[in-house]
Amino acid sequence: MRDAMIRNGFDVYAIREQFPVLDREVKGRRLVYLDNAATSQKPQSVIDALINYYSGYNANIHRGIHTLAEEATADFEKARDAVQLFVNAQTREQIIFTRGTTESINLVAYSWGRQKINAGDEIIISGMEHHSNIVPWQILCEEKKAKLKVVPVSNEGELLMDELEKLLTSRTKLVSIAHVSNALGTVNPVKQIIDKAHQAGAVVLVDGAQSTVHLDIDVQEMGCDFFAFSAHKLYGPTGVGILYGKKHLLESMPVFQGGGEMIKEVTFEKTTYNDLPYKFEAGTPNIADTIALRAAIDFMNKVGKEKAREHEHELLYYATEQLQRVPGLKIIGRAKEKTSLISFVVDNTHPQDIGILLDNQGIAVRTGHHCAQPLMRRFGIPGTVRASFAVYNTKEEIDELLAGLQKAVKMLV
Amino acid sequence: MEDGKTIKEIEEEVVGEFSLFDSWDDKYEYIIDLGKKLAPLADEYKKDENRVRGCQSTVWLIADEKEGNIFFKAESDAVIVKGLISLLIRVLSGHKTDEIINAKLEFIQRIGMTTHLAQTRSNGLLAMVKQMKNYALAYKLKNSTTV
Repeated sequence: MRDAMIRNGFDVYAIREQFPVLDREVKGRRLVYLDNAATSQKPQSVIDALINYYSGYNANIHRGIHTLAEEATADFEKARDAVQLFVNAQTREQIIFTRGTTESINLVAYSWGRQKINAGDEIIISGMEHHSNIVPWQILCEEKKAKLKVVPVSNEGELLMDELEKLLTSRTKLVSIAHVSNALGTVNPVKQIIDKAHQAGAVVLVDGAQSTVHLDIDVQEMGCDFFAFSAHKLYGPTGVGILYGKKHLLESMPVFQGGGEMIKEVTFEKTTYNDLPYKFEAGTPNIADTIALRAAIDFMNKVGKEKAREHEHELLYYATEQLQRVPGLKIIGRAKEKTSLISFVVDNTHPQDIGILLDNQGIAVRTGHHCAQPLMRRFGIPGTVRASFAVYNTKEEIDELLAGLQKAVKMLV
Repeated sequence: MEDGKTIKEIEEEVVGEFSLFDSWDDKYEYIIDLGKKLAPLADEYKKDENRVRGCQSTVWLIADEKEGNIFFKAESDAVIVKGLISLLIRVLSGHKTDEIINAKLEFIQRIGMTTHLAQTRSNGLLAMVKQMKNYALAYKLKNSTTV
């Protein structure tokens, strides 16, 4: 088994060594961390970047003339360059730093949405969205008397594309859709969705919170108008999000928050605003975590996304096959294209009970509705157990999950 | 309710029983067993106003007063939570309002169940304890205004 996970220059055990937390014990057992879709663990290089910043050159950025401020500014802006390359944005100015995917989506809802959405307009989302890609649009629709429409989901957990076409009308101003479902792992055909939406004259926001760590992201090839994601799900720190936007859209959008950094000149009569990206980055940004995001991107580039994906898929197939051995287990979400995530329920058990019993065996999974209550309602379940795999997970850990689950089910049923 | 015993005394009893378990699975098997044996709540009580808001499992809780003593009945869709409910009812049900309001419920920590009280949105135990105390407080206020 061990050899099976080392090949083509990919060595999962060498990767694991870079993640100090994976060595810790939970309830007397070595941690098996399978909650990566909630947040990934951080490699030493990311932790070092944080320590180096605070112990070496902590300073506020952009306006200081002293050495520390220059160093901090340079590294902060290097992170922007790294993100630009990472998602292949046309220019660095199109990369806006936020607090997370949620704030990125809210930025678009408040700025672009309040300017462009009028009474009677329509916004389309899907039935598998995370609450953070539902609620901002609900708030906007309520305020503007616009209509929120939802693309339904099939029993397999795929979007019903025919229904999307029926929902698109001349009043559709925006389609906001998850690239990958956080609860099911479904990879949505975003390119196709974007083409159809553009034909109808709508703007498209892609929620990339779950996809960016797994898939190759090329925003130009994808053609999306906005792309939102978070650093903490790609081995980076919490508290940093990214919003990519097409330049003409970002330039025409009104400012989101007022304060320092985002201004050109302030008098009590009138303020003129800074250029992109700074007009959307009011106040002191999250300097340390943004700098450390670059280390996370370096980590992923070094591993290679394709090799990581190959490894994660192997884990997905292995786990899908192995978990069938648990009596009464039903996988929720059987899309043809999935990222390395398995959501499931077990007959006559509550996901929470399974989560508690797995935790007692040192296995971390997520249980509940995964902030996607409408989707759970669609499947008629209170929630699922979700095991999500990252580049550092192994088949041995899936064996432990299986054994842990068998024990839990035996205790519960 | 266990006749004549104080909340503190019943807590000690529970702690004594749990001290016999030397592994986590024995302890949880006992809690699961308690959960399975908890008398079901009639469907008419399973309505929104009786729901204790936890994030994952649903808990319904009702309270009744007889001669100054408060009696609780509850149920959940998750069996471990049901087992914990069963323990809470055993400890708190049938006592006077003040005793319930002032109960420290240290047994939860002493039997190693503190994780279930954590603010992790994972279950409604903390909310349940609060709700039980709120019921006691409500009955206390009701009695003091009607007297």
